[in-house]
Amino acid sequence: MYTQALNTKETVTAAEDPAREARFQARIDAEDRIEPNDWMPEAYRRTLVRQISQHAHSEIIGMQPEGNWITRAPSLRRKAALLAKVQDEGGHGLYLYAAAETLGVSREEVTDQLLSGRAKYSSIFNYPTLTWADIGTIGWLVDGAAIMNQIPLCRCSYGPYARAMIRICREESFHQRQGYEIMVTLANGTPEQKEMAQDALNRWWWPSLMMFGPPDTASQHSDKSMQWKIKRFSNDELRQKFIDATVPQARHIGLTMPDPDMRFNEATGHWEHGPIDWEEFKRVIAGGGPCNRQRLTHRNKVHAEGAWVREAALAFAEKERARTQQKAA
Amino acid sequence: MTEAPTPLWEVFVRSRNGLAHKHAGSVHAADAQMALQAARDVYTRRGEGLSVWVVPSNAITASDPADREMLFEPTGSKIYRHPTFYEVPDEVGHM
Ligand SMILES: [Fe+2]
Ligand SMILES: [Fe+2]
Repeated sequence: MYTQALNTKETVTAAEDPAREARFQARIDAEDRIEPNDWMPEAYRRTLVRQISQHAHSEIIGMQPEGNWITRAPSLRRKAALLAKVQDEGGHGLYLYAAAETLGVSREEVTDQLLSGRAKYSSIFNYPTLTWADIGTIGWLVDGAAIMNQIPLCRCSYGPYARAMIRICREESFHQRQGYEIMVTLANGTPEQKEMAQDALNRWWWPSLMMFGPPDTASQHSDKSMQWKIKRFSNDELRQKFIDATVPQARHIGLTMPDPDMRFNEATGHWEHGPIDWEEFKRVIAGGGPCNRQRLTHRNKVHAEGAWVREAALAFAEKERARTQQKAA
Repeated sequence: MTEAPTPLWEVFVRSRNGLAHKHAGSVHAADAQMALQAARDVYTRRGEGLSVWVVPSNAITASDPADREMLFEPTGSKIYRHPTFYEVPDEVGHM
């Protein structure tokens, strides 16, 4: 999902303190929440830092493809909604960075990991937003996929992450609905508008399915994450839920998923999809997507351009502090 | 590039008059005024609050989770601190 890169392998180090670790696992099994100063295995902390910061980076980078259309939104209503949505995504990034910081990393550290390209973010944000219909599709599918993934994270064993997710989930529903509303409008519009909606769906469908990460047979990270109740459903389970939810939504407005193999299995009650191009997924995660370079270059540029503001604010705060001290003396 | 770190603040929001301020999360800001502004933008975009407090994170002293038993267990045995410990004749009714 927003943390797909976690699905790459990591060497699991031996338990540092088996007795303590067993007590820790017992707390998790009892659905107790872990809070920042509690003892936790180093690998649990590391996994969470990576997962939460990757999630935060995804929210922040995700502002770019949609920000691209703010000035060109077709009406004031759409513009206000898109502006509010993009602002929310910035907020999501900030809640999540704050949650990551409770695990002992600094904001500067994680920011630097993103800017230097060492940290990953969701592959989905490396695709371009070519038409207005892309904005509808992102809200509908990308935020829809995010919701599927984020609802179980509201029960994550780590308290600060779970609390951030609850706040985020409350805000995501609007994102998805405004996106679907755009799609409904386009699908009921002129033939050109409907075609534009279908074209956007054609381009975003497969990357949306990839958001859930590699198939369960290839994912090496899930076991431990499941055991620690960071994760509660497998990649394939979440992907299936997403497909079952969205296919009827597409059909309702006369759009078709770009998958000739897509069919409803009467026996299981699920929609079955054709093969996903995991080579494309790997390529995009590794930096070879259509917009990877652009996203990171832009993020670095705005960060550098804001440096003087941060500096000036700190200098002003310092001056005020000195002035108050002087008055008090 | 080594920039000076921007201080961390804890944010508390009162959602309604009559309720206490509740911890909402944290923000980074150079000073108190900017922290308040950031807290408002980050934590109250949908009418979640009527009042916001920001406190420098390093001004908070927290109990150590390792001391949990020492600090909080003793009250477990002090059942005489609860009203149900005391017998009142049924005829007297609710007290
Ligand atoms: Fe978000
Ligand atoms: Fe969203």
